[in-house]
Amino acid sequence: MSLLKVENATLKFGGVVAVNDLSFSVNEGEVYAIVGPNGAGKSTVFNLVSRFYQPYAGRFSFDGQDLLSCKPDEVADLGIARTFQNIELFDHATVLQNLLVGRHRHRRTTLIEELFFAPRVRQEERHHRAAVEEVIDFLDLQPYRDKMIAGLPYGVRKVVELGRALASGPRLLLLDEPASGLSVEETQDMRWWIDDIRKQMGITVLMVEHDMGLVSGVSDRVLALADGAKLAEGTPAEVQSDPAVIEAYLGAGAA
Amino acid sequence: MRIQFKTSYDHDIRLFPDRHSLIVYGALILLALVLPFLINEFYIGEVTNVLIWAIAGLGLMLLTGQTGQASLGHAAFLAIGCYTNTILIEQGLPFLLAFPLAGVITGVVGAIIAIPALRLHGIYLAIATIALSILADDIIVLLEPWTGGVSGKFPDVIRVFGMEIERWTMPVRFYYLVLAVAVMCTLFYRNILRSPLGRAFDAVRDSEVSATAMGVHIARTKATAFGLSCMITGWAGALMGYYAGAFNNETFSLVISITLLMMIVIGGLGSIHGAFFGAVVVAFLPQGLSILKDSVLGSGVAIPGLETGVFGMILILFILFEPMGLYGRWLKIRIWFELFPFARKDMFRRQKSYLKTERLR
Ligand SMILES: Nc1ncnc2c1ncn2[C@@H]1O[C@H](COP(=O)(O)OP(=O)(O)O)[C@@H](O)[C@H]1O
Ligand SMILES: [Mg+2]
Repeated sequence: MSLLKVENATLKFGGVVAVNDLSFSVNEGEVYAIVGPNGAGKSTVFNLVSRFYQPYAGRFSFDGQDLLSCKPDEVADLGIARTFQNIELFDHATVLQNLLVGRHRHRRTTLIEELFFAPRVRQEERHHRAAVEEVIDFLDLQPYRDKMIAGLPYGVRKVVELGRALASGPRLLLLDEPASGLSVEETQDMRWWIDDIRKQMGITVLMVEHDMGLVSGVSDRVLALADGAKLAEGTPAEVQSDPAVIEAYLGAGAA
Repeated sequence: MRIQFKTSYDHDIRLFPDRHSLIVYGALILLALVLPFLINEFYIGEVTNVLIWAIAGLGLMLLTGQTGQASLGHAAFLAIGCYTNTILIEQGLPFLLAFPLAGVITGVVGAIIAIPALRLHGIYLAIATIALSILADDIIVLLEPWTGGVSGKFPDVIRVFGMEIERWTMPVRFYYLVLAVAVMCTLFYRNILRSPLGRAFDAVRDSEVSATAMGVHIARTKATAFGLSCMITGWAGALMGYYAGAFNNETFSLVISITLLMMIVIGGLGSIHGAFFGAVVVAFLPQGLSILKDSVLGSGVAIPGLETGVFGMILILFILFEPMGLYGRWLKIRIWFELFPFARKDMFRRQKSYLKTERLR
């Protein structure tokens, strides 16, 4: 069953057609990867799903619900969480606080209750904290729990961002280049985590990634994108051997 | 060095994380309570002034330090709080009702004003809020029947449960009232910080896109921050009215707004301590300067603009050398002593920060 369905999506930035009549769907429980050269429109697809950009045309649905009727801040409530290509963390807050912001969509307390720190707020805080601790254990973030983001190395930030998305308890996780800038070992960790996220947590993953090793290692299906349009779709092996894909990557005449 | 062993999530949730801080802040409150027995009434008045500025500082800090929005219009909210309180009491409301209500009304007005202003960021928001400070003056004059216009108003003696409180004749009682409000505002501030809303404030300040992606409604959160900030500022304004004993359209001028903003920057943005440290500077700088000037130049010599100039200088020095303000300096000194003799010279060097370019791509 398809969880996320994108039909005939088009988005233009002035003269640039960033996404061109693109259709694809992500099935519940799979890892779906989008690959393509820089500027192919991969991040733009994410920003469309997040509702940061208004599509020029096309339909977007999540679990049968029309995504286009959602405001950007309501997307999280549906159970869609994401990371950003250029890490977007809350730099002047601790790792713990960052992860707790991930719980924001589960906020049930009112302003007044919070002003007086009513017993219910304390109770809720304990629940949020327990949920966040699970994520911390899963991602081995214990040593960084109370550290400010501003002082953390790049690799750890990447993991914290993944953690923040997981803390929201999503059904669909959008990962924009989760392994970019990571070392070989860190990429290996990322691979296991993505595997576990799907298998243990049952979360559907849509990711953009350049590292073909990682892509073929974790994903069930791959979509190759060039100039905003679909080039090929299929298993990692199928896409990698597709002549159109080889040509797009290596340039015309190379194949 | 003190090492905390956390054994429960509540360590991070409760008001005082450990016994050490409970003792420190408990002692501080105790000291504040017995202060009138230790120093004379003149100094109690001065400390009261510090506390009132600190409350105003907490108000602006919540907005600027927590959600990263600078306002140069907060004198207008001091005015709204002050006038609302006085007018409500004139209408026959008891102080215990009028005073809280004055803050709440100021907060609601602030949140409503914030909605159009919140599209603006940084310096543009600061400029737009200057207009508020300037407008407030004219509006107070226009609303003469209620505000007394240019001739101003004199707040009545405060009556709480049949007890009278007045700043000049009963400075100690007034001190306790201000102290109670200061403690309450500090508690509110702390409670917000350890709640989901406080984290949403941080989120909005540091990255609007990812805050949105996590389900934080940016405009609503900012308006809430503005409202809460104005509520606390409104209470400070009402107390300032009592402290001054008389106020008119010129009492809450743009200069007050600027002073308030400088105060929290000097104190240390984003911390409760910062509001209090900054308030000490603002309240005592004029006295300190005049004593210094008299001893250097002899009394009777007037130097117009001296205060403002020195204040501006201090601000510039802080921004250049100690962007974390007095509170940051205080933390560093404390850590230096805790680690003695192992502190290293470059320990506090700022980390390289990563550029955020092409934020969404
Ligand atoms: N906010 C924007 N304004 C203008 N052009 C944009 C914007 N975002 C992306 N683009 C353009 O859209 C195209 C696709 O970009 P993007 O989705 O970031 O590519 P990538 O596949 O590398 O993630 C590029 O040509 C880029 O320049
Ligand atoms: Mg991209």
